[in-house]
Amino acid sequence: MPEQKPDPDISVRFAGKIFSPNPFWLASAPPTNCGEQVMRAFDAGWGGAVWKTIGDPIVNVSSRYSSVDWNGQRMMGLNNIELITDRPLDLNLREIAEVKKRYPKHAVIASLMVESKREAWHKIVQQSEDAGADGLELNFGCPHGMSERGMGSAVGQVPEYTEMITSWVKEKARTPVLVKLTPNISDIRVVARAAKRGGADGLSAINTINSITGIDLDTFIPRPNVDGKSTHGGYCGPAVKPIALNMVHQVQSDPEAQLPLSGIGGISDWRDAVEFLLLGCSNVQVCTAAMHYGYRIVEDMIDGLTNWMREKGFARISDFQGLTVSRVQEWKHLNLNYKIVARIHEEKCIGCELCYTACWDGAHQCIHMDRVGSNNGQHPTPAMREAASRQSISVTPIPKLDLNASGNGEEPYPTPLARIPQIDESECVGCNLCFLVCPVEGCITMERVDKNLPPQSWEQRTGGAATPGRNCD
Amino acid sequence: MSTANPREANAELVARFPEIHPPFDKVSAVTEANRCLYCFDAPCTAACPTHIDVPRFIKKIAQGNLRGSALTILDANILGASCSRVCPVDVLCEGACVYHRYNKQPIEIGRLQRHAMDAFYSNGASLPAKSGEKRNGRVACIGAGPASLSFAAELRQCGYSITVFEGKPLPGGLNTYGVAEYKLRSSDSLHEIELIRTLGVEFHFGNAISSEPSLASLEKEFDFIFLGIGLGAMRTLDIPGGNHPGVMDALKFIEGYKIGGNLEVGRRVAVVGAGNTAIDAARAAVRLGAEEVQILYRRGEKNMSAFLFEYEHATQEGVRFEWWTRPVAICEAPDRSKVEGIECIRVRADSCGVLSDIPGSEYKIPCDMVIPAIGQTPLLEFLQSCRGVKIDDGRVVVDRATGQTSNPKYFAGGDCVNGGREVVDAVADGKRTALAVAKLLEKAHA
Repeated sequence: MPEQKPDPDISVRFAGKIFSPNPFWLASAPPTNCGEQVMRAFDAGWGGAVWKTIGDPIVNVSSRYSSVDWNGQRMMGLNNIELITDRPLDLNLREIAEVKKRYPKHAVIASLMVESKREAWHKIVQQSEDAGADGLELNFGCPHGMSERGMGSAVGQVPEYTEMITSWVKEKARTPVLVKLTPNISDIRVVARAAKRGGADGLSAINTINSITGIDLDTFIPRPNVDGKSTHGGYCGPAVKPIALNMVHQVQSDPEAQLPLSGIGGISDWRDAVEFLLLGCSNVQVCTAAMHYGYRIVEDMIDGLTNWMREKGFARISDFQGLTVSRVQEWKHLNLNYKIVARIHEEKCIGCELCYTACWDGAHQCIHMDRVGSNNGQHPTPAMREAASRQSISVTPIPKLDLNASGNGEEPYPTPLARIPQIDESECVGCNLCFLVCPVEGCITMERVDKNLPPQSWEQRTGGAATPGRNCD
Repeated sequence: MSTANPREANAELVARFPEIHPPFDKVSAVTEANRCLYCFDAPCTAACPTHIDVPRFIKKIAQGNLRGSALTILDANILGASCSRVCPVDVLCEGACVYHRYNKQPIEIGRLQRHAMDAFYSNGASLPAKSGEKRNGRVACIGAGPASLSFAAELRQCGYSITVFEGKPLPGGLNTYGVAEYKLRSSDSLHEIELIRTLGVEFHFGNAISSEPSLASLEKEFDFIFLGIGLGAMRTLDIPGGNHPGVMDALKFIEGYKIGGNLEVGRRVAVVGAGNTAIDAARAAVRLGAEEVQILYRRGEKNMSAFLFEYEHATQEGVRFEWWTRPVAICEAPDRSKVEGIECIRVRADSCGVLSDIPGSEYKIPCDMVIPAIGQTPLLEFLQSCRGVKIDDGRVVVDRATGQTSNPKYFAGGDCVNGGREVVDAVADGKRTALAVAKLLEKAHA
């Protein structure tokens, strides 16, 4: 019997201090609104929870959420205009204490937002730590409502404020301090550096993105509708993941900003989580997916991650954490001598011609429908092909009436040859578009065709100039 | 029996003939529409005789533009509503769906089309004017079936005056009189034709053009004449007893229950023939309460002209098939008051497919109703009276691209040209021909 390897260890210790049995935390949001919820979440398998932001009393509106559906799928993106917790501070603190007592091995992080006064921050830090929080997350990211009162992203958008408040918190805090960054800024690294200068032990990124999700076309009122009006909210969910990954990378690849990072932004399953970990995150936080499907989704996050690590031979998270950071480079460092072209595997083609129309209208006009018939050296345009089809006469096949109909002849592939596109490799620039639109896995592959020239980047070719200059080909 | 109003759905018929393809609800339609790949130069569009831009109308459903979707359909096929119900989509658009080559269910194009058309008809059914221009030029259509309707609608929308002459009291041809009720209700067919009437097409009912003088006066009054006359009556069962009142051809039987309010059927029914109409009749007999329904066919399963899915539906509903059998006589009660059975003999085919009786294999199938469904005979005599209109193998010979017959004043389309295909083929013929006639009219009245 082959030796059974032990299960990979997926526990993490954030910033060297905050232990959680797995890297999956619930982000500060409605799923972590109260102790009862957080305990149920821990029972479902979540490794940690960042409490719904506590601070001074507020009042919320109804309604609060709106979403973007896409192609029949619900909630590709979710938008909210909810503020921080509307429950009394004392109650939240009591519940934090109770949760920590009953779940000592799970991470409970207090998310904080108070007015920009040193005493106010000192006080809430003290209260949170007294309640037993394992760490503090400073909410400098919330983009709606609170920002109008000088809190949330109003702080996170100004590096000086971020640094100042972080340093106030650090004067008092005994537990690790995470600064949650807003993406609503032109360069997230500037604020990340400020947080680091202020003494932050870690960062969380990203918070939600300013958004208006949509407008009711009958009433002209944007969503979510609050008595005929709306306001910009914070956008999250699967739609924002690529934006989050880029910002995570920006922070992780900047020595002045780099800190232990809790990755946030559209994480819906274990694969999304692995991507954030590969870009250097120490753990991840999830909200929209749990709001959509409930706490139970964490089961497959743990299961999928564990299976993937076993398959790849990783014993612990740190074995692959950050592996991809150096693989993202500035454009000028990419190899100009790398050349790929599209290849169509005829036996898999189903004849949808999506690659054809995409290449003609969206790329470089190098996919042609000319396997059958002569074209006199001219490739028929999409319009010519459509017109020919409209002119053709089709009838319902009725065996009795079609006895003398000619057969289809020999067709080498399941799809008629006339519907299988052909790539002009000499014109193909290797852009990937056809491969992206093809609905069939493995039907179009991108194949390397360069002559193994030594790699040469733009920077190497031009010495860093903006244009190729005279000596370049 | 009640005298039903054919313009309203008959409650008893609705109960006995539930639709085989029930409509989508809105969410299912959008979900299904979103599955469509939106193929370029799509095979479903090419396979449709009327070349409905299928991906375009499906995309519009997905994007909440139901009116745009319906107009996309109607632009290609004015009978888009009935076609969405009666088309054999398995061998047309859905049969061509690329998903067949990708281990996935083809898109339910027929039901999506119906979804768009139902929305159109329940929202007032107004077509935008294609051309406000009234043009000189008058054309007559003989027959008010799908080919004529399509021809008339298209030409009317080009601005010409169209008059349709129909021998029966209602328009629609087989759409109204002959399609199985679980596919298309007569009331829905008539509802659809109302749209064509509102375009300004003129109809004359009970006015069969069947004599030389009536033709001559049409020729005088109209620039061109379109023949959309279908195949005429069904062939009779040419065996002893074949004219007994208990023997009723399939189209008469179907018309009887759909339009005539005659919901009576025998207890044991024998349908002769294995085409799609035979299956329609057999399934109708089951729904109307027959205890035993058999289809008799002189050849084997592989030779039947019914679509495979029709055959499968029929067997699922309890219709039995007797292959390789030939009726030789109708057995009547001694007082001739009723049919008691059908005398048959087993047949076999030689290597060339020529049939011969198997001696001594005679047997009797007890039944009290016989429904021959052995094809329709073209209205040969009538067509021959149309001077110079060439007929070949019982069909009007036309130029495929224009629908023009050998007599340049006459055009033709639908079953009388193609030998009996589908509604959608007739619509395609009618439209193609209308566009050709419009060109000629433009020249003639320039």
